[in-house]
Amino acid sequence: MIFSNEILGGLLVGLASALPLLWEGRIAGVSGYAATSLRPRTPEARTSLAFVVGLVLGGFAWRGAGFPLAALSAEPLWLWGLAGLLVGFGSRLGGGCTSGHGVCGLGRISPRSFVSVLIFMSVAILTRVSMQGLK
Amino acid sequence: MKNFLYLVAGIIFSWGLLLSGMSDPEKVKNFLSLGATDWSPALLFVLGPAALTYLAAFLFLRKRQKTLNGVNFQHPKPRPVDRALVLGSILFGVGWGLAGVCPGPALVHLAFPDLGFLVFIATMLVGFEIQRKLA
Repeated sequence: MIFSNEILGGLLVGLASALPLLWEGRIAGVSGYAATSLRPRTPEARTSLAFVVGLVLGGFAWRGAGFPLAALSAEPLWLWGLAGLLVGFGSRLGGGCTSGHGVCGLGRISPRSFVSVLIFMSVAILTRVSMQGLK
Repeated sequence: MKNFLYLVAGIIFSWGLLLSGMSDPEKVKNFLSLGATDWSPALLFVLGPAALTYLAAFLFLRKRQKTLNGVNFQHPKPRPVDRALVLGSILFGVGWGLAGVCPGPALVHLAFPDLGFLVFIATMLVGFEIQRKLA
């Protein structure tokens, strides 16, 4: 089927995002989990860290199962560094990333998240298109 | 027990990213390169089902009014769109567009070590901390 891997993968991402919501009403995305896991004194630090460890363990399990390795990308290190800084700072300032505003926010019909997704999608597309122009 | 639930959620999330191809920066960059000759809408087929799955969980909780651990489900009141949301989303969008990587796929890549990704993760954590210090 066309895009069957994408659809099935999307269902898994949606299910995984919904588990903390279903269990205890917690709304969080990956940037939230990652940032909170760095703050050991906050009450949600342990569960956040558990989620992050799960993400990495899942990657190792994927490798162990013999599935294709995750694809890499040949970009200069300055670009990786700049992109990471912007993604880290921006996701916390805006209160969410592709999962927090994208999956959870759109999924609970949050007006703020609709605005955020519209902005970061448009800006990311503009960034890509202008980089094509430079090549 | 609760930590285990979050660990499992993280594992499912990572498999969703790996299966759907969200973990592949080139695939994300292709999606963001609107107008490219080989453009594919693939990632809409990830985000769509993911958000719809979350929506189903959200509607279930709203009807049931209790989370699975027996607490009253309180949906946070909608907050207004503010400057932080807009500015954060813009910066996040630039970073996401530059590298084709957001926090979830970045952390999954700890299982597939690569210098570029490691630099991204390191500066992303720095970005979290700078934002927290400024807040």
